[in-house]
Amino acid sequence: MRRALVIPLLSALFLAVFLSSCGKKQEEKTVKIGVILPLTGLQSTFGQSVRKGVELALEEVNKAGGVLGKQVECIIEDDESKSDEAQTVAMKLITKDKVHLIIGEVVSSSTLAIAPLCQRYKIPLITPSATNVDVTKTGDFIFRTCFIDDFQGSALARFAIENLKSKRAAILKDVKSDYSLGLASAFANTFKQMGGEIVNEQAYTAGDTDFRTQLTSMKASNPDLIFIPGYYTEVGLIIRQARELSIKAMLLGGDGWDSPKLIEIAKADADGTYYGTHFSPEEKEPRVQEFVSAFKKKYNEVPDALAALGYDTLRLVVDAIKRARTLDSEKIKEELAKTDNFPGVTGDITIDENRNAKKPIVILKIEGQKPTYFTTIKP
Amino acid sequence: MNLFLQQLVNGLAWGGIYALISIGYTMVYGVMQLINFAHGDVFMAGAFAGLVVANLLPNKTSFPSVILIFLSAMLFSTFLGILIERFGYRSLWKKNAPRLSLLIVAVSISLLLENGGLLIFGAAPRSFPQIIPLKNYSLGGILFTNLQIILILTSLFLMGFLHIIVMRTKMGRAMRAVAEDSEMAALLGIPRERILSFTFALGSALAGIAGVMVALYTPQINPLMGLLPGLKAFVAAVLGGIGSIPGAMLGGFVLGEAETLVSAYLSSSYRDLLAFLVLILILLFRPQGLLGKGAVEKI
Amino acid sequence: MSKRALIIFLLSIPFLFILNHFISNPSLFSPYALQIIVLMGINAILAISWDLIAGVTGQFSIGQAGFMAIGAYSSAFLTLNYHIPLIFAILFSAFLSLLAGFLVGIPTLRLRGDYLAIATLGFGEIVRVAILNMNCLGGARGMKGIPILSSFFSVYLVLAISLWFCLSLLRSQYGRMLFSIREDEVASQMMGVDIVKYKVFAFALSACLAGIGGALYAHWTSFIHPDSFTFMKSIEIILMGVIGGMGTIYGAAIGGAIVTLLPEGLRLLLEQNPLLYQNKEFIRMLFFASLLMIFIILRPQGIFGKKE
Repeated sequence: MRRALVIPLLSALFLAVFLSSCGKKQEEKTVKIGVILPLTGLQSTFGQSVRKGVELALEEVNKAGGVLGKQVECIIEDDESKSDEAQTVAMKLITKDKVHLIIGEVVSSSTLAIAPLCQRYKIPLITPSATNVDVTKTGDFIFRTCFIDDFQGSALARFAIENLKSKRAAILKDVKSDYSLGLASAFANTFKQMGGEIVNEQAYTAGDTDFRTQLTSMKASNPDLIFIPGYYTEVGLIIRQARELSIKAMLLGGDGWDSPKLIEIAKADADGTYYGTHFSPEEKEPRVQEFVSAFKKKYNEVPDALAALGYDTLRLVVDAIKRARTLDSEKIKEELAKTDNFPGVTGDITIDENRNAKKPIVILKIEGQKPTYFTTIKP
Repeated sequence: MNLFLQQLVNGLAWGGIYALISIGYTMVYGVMQLINFAHGDVFMAGAFAGLVVANLLPNKTSFPSVILIFLSAMLFSTFLGILIERFGYRSLWKKNAPRLSLLIVAVSISLLLENGGLLIFGAAPRSFPQIIPLKNYSLGGILFTNLQIILILTSLFLMGFLHIIVMRTKMGRAMRAVAEDSEMAALLGIPRERILSFTFALGSALAGIAGVMVALYTPQINPLMGLLPGLKAFVAAVLGGIGSIPGAMLGGFVLGEAETLVSAYLSSSYRDLLAFLVLILILLFRPQGLLGKGAVEKI
Repeated sequence: MSKRALIIFLLSIPFLFILNHFISNPSLFSPYALQIIVLMGINAILAISWDLIAGVTGQFSIGQAGFMAIGAYSSAFLTLNYHIPLIFAILFSAFLSLLAGFLVGIPTLRLRGDYLAIATLGFGEIVRVAILNMNCLGGARGMKGIPILSSFFSVYLVLAISLWFCLSLLRSQYGRMLFSIREDEVASQMMGVDIVKYKVFAFALSACLAGIGGALYAHWTSFIHPDSFTFMKSIEIILMGVIGGMGTIYGAAIGGAIVTLLPEGLRLLLEQNPLLYQNKEFIRMLFFASLLMIFIILRPQGIFGKKE
């Protein structure tokens, strides 16, 4: 290879990449919404579910004529369940695809990673499911359609004390996840306030597969309940290994558990455990049942909480754009902030002054290796 | 005290696994002076081979099925190991290429295996079917699962078996000869290439079996599962004395126990730190390892 | 250093400054392209840092990611918590990584080849896991919201300075010593070369440069996480150096540019096919691994290197 060739080759490659990103300045024919999801990796079932919900809503919206006379287009990107990849694709969506708004991400850590970017470029970001309180504190362009962990943690603690009659709880949290840490501390605070005792606290890192060391230490403290505020991939294994070690304590978790993969991993050991989430397909409300049947018709499966949240979020976004009557991001942001009692399948969505949604939490119990509705706790 | 003993038992299981994998590293280094970075991925390949076979079998828990799963994992890894040696390293080794090149090739092969696996199986972890139903035993208040017992016993048995091969058979003698002085061995008519393949085959077979055992123990596998255990098994080999098979076994168990104790009494996030700390300390203060023989080229 | 080279270097400073105003303006120049250009510059700096220790001095280190992490986190910690201007943060992190370079260079003096490689790998991982456990640095959740203080100008200015400095070094007495160490350590020691001094010096300098690269990186991406500094990152840096040509310094810089552009080019190609696009990350790594293998087997001297 001659030296002289390299510089022109390099420039050619660079120009190709560069030029492909230009020339998109014509009149926008569609409303472009970027969607950042973990479609592969450790939280992939969340991403896949949200995607299904979003695409169902998209279909309905476009069939009804779109918004502002234009069809809506979703550009869906996979961040492989990694926060730094989330940043990279956010950058691409904002600078290359020039989206008007971004729906994402699903987990708090990744959402926290992309929020500053969206705030800086003034692109409204709305997350369907990131529950860590710090997410919306990033700035006034950041919203969420779900409840926050302060509420979730304290509701679950109340549930543990009042319904499960727990007095001595242990916590096993994921140090890699903002969600897990936030939820653990919210739970612990309320649990202690209500007179319970946290007898042991252990940690693991997402990606770990052997939790026997931590569980063995926990067992020695004799808890009657173990709170596991993590994601389903690890929780499934934890449940299994806990029972393997003959730990008889009750097991409780948050919305990170909500995935069929958890039961697939834990199998019969999952029976008798409880977790909180945003939605139950067993709700009798007509709009929920309509959603469930439309979902079943399109995908041949029952929607879970994340699919429902994805569905609600897209519809909320389109509604906000309709109210704003323009694609100007400032106006869209203002309308999002003014959302009041938007009828969602995960409940009535009102965005408060912190850009969070106040919604009830649904507690499910796993029985016969299936999640079944147990109770609802209102904010 | 009970807690301590219980954690010790937890550590034994991983110790056995590290020992099995590190034997492969040490043997290859002995005959080729090469750190086979791809070895950890051969371990992973064994686990996946086991998964594929297990998913095909209708009656997973029957004894012949279990044997079949282990056997196929072992055979697949062996095959893979031989392939890697033949097409990855052999040409460079014969040309006496600089160490740097061999190391880079090793890393590249490792990357190829991992990303190939990711492409085929996806990044989401896969559940491994429970082909050995769980049973708990209690001895003086300490819990053992039948899986842990099987793991430890199998590791010990395989190591013993390997020891016999290396010490008592003609192949084993030839291996030791090549490790001792490769040029001389060639002059004496020992077919070096065949010994190389044999060495790789042995090490990979053990790694494959370790792969299935980890798949049963954890029980979740993903294409990147070989990275960290591979590195740690390498540290174990260095700890015990690279080139020494009993050293690799010792190193494996010591590292496994140390890791579990650190994880139990300090924090689980320090678990990985320990392996690398041990590595640096050993390289600095006793590069020949615990059981290593002779001085390492230092100057 | 020749007068002509010095003039070129001095002239480039105002040129870069003016260019910066044009390039950094989102309405004049695609921010997407800017992103790539800046990353190219940062990677070039990292590649140079590795070439210095491995290509020039012959010490095969796989620990660059560790030094990069030290630079990134130390500077980010200062700017995030104490609002210090970038230049001081970079100076501080350069100093810290320099120290780290000493800390690694001295004990590993006696190690050779594979052992040195593994020791540096171990060091890199220790740094990463240590950071993983430090809550004040964000621990396993990473450090977010780092002020974006790097720019096209700052990155390319640093690159220009590094190129000028290292190239002058190569042509000087020091450089000759380093090359002699690469060629034959024993022989050069016999000839009276103080290999201790030069080896440690090379390590420290390489670490310092990697740390500066890390600092610039942190202040560009605004979010750093220990997962970005695994030994895979070190391997990526090695790829840049190998492709460009080890021992030439400028080859490494070009290698850095190429390795940065390739994933984007790949992304373009794969965008057309949704099935492939979903697996783009794995395809990219497969491509890199094959590239690495092809180069090391068929053309170990890289693009610009001279055949030994």
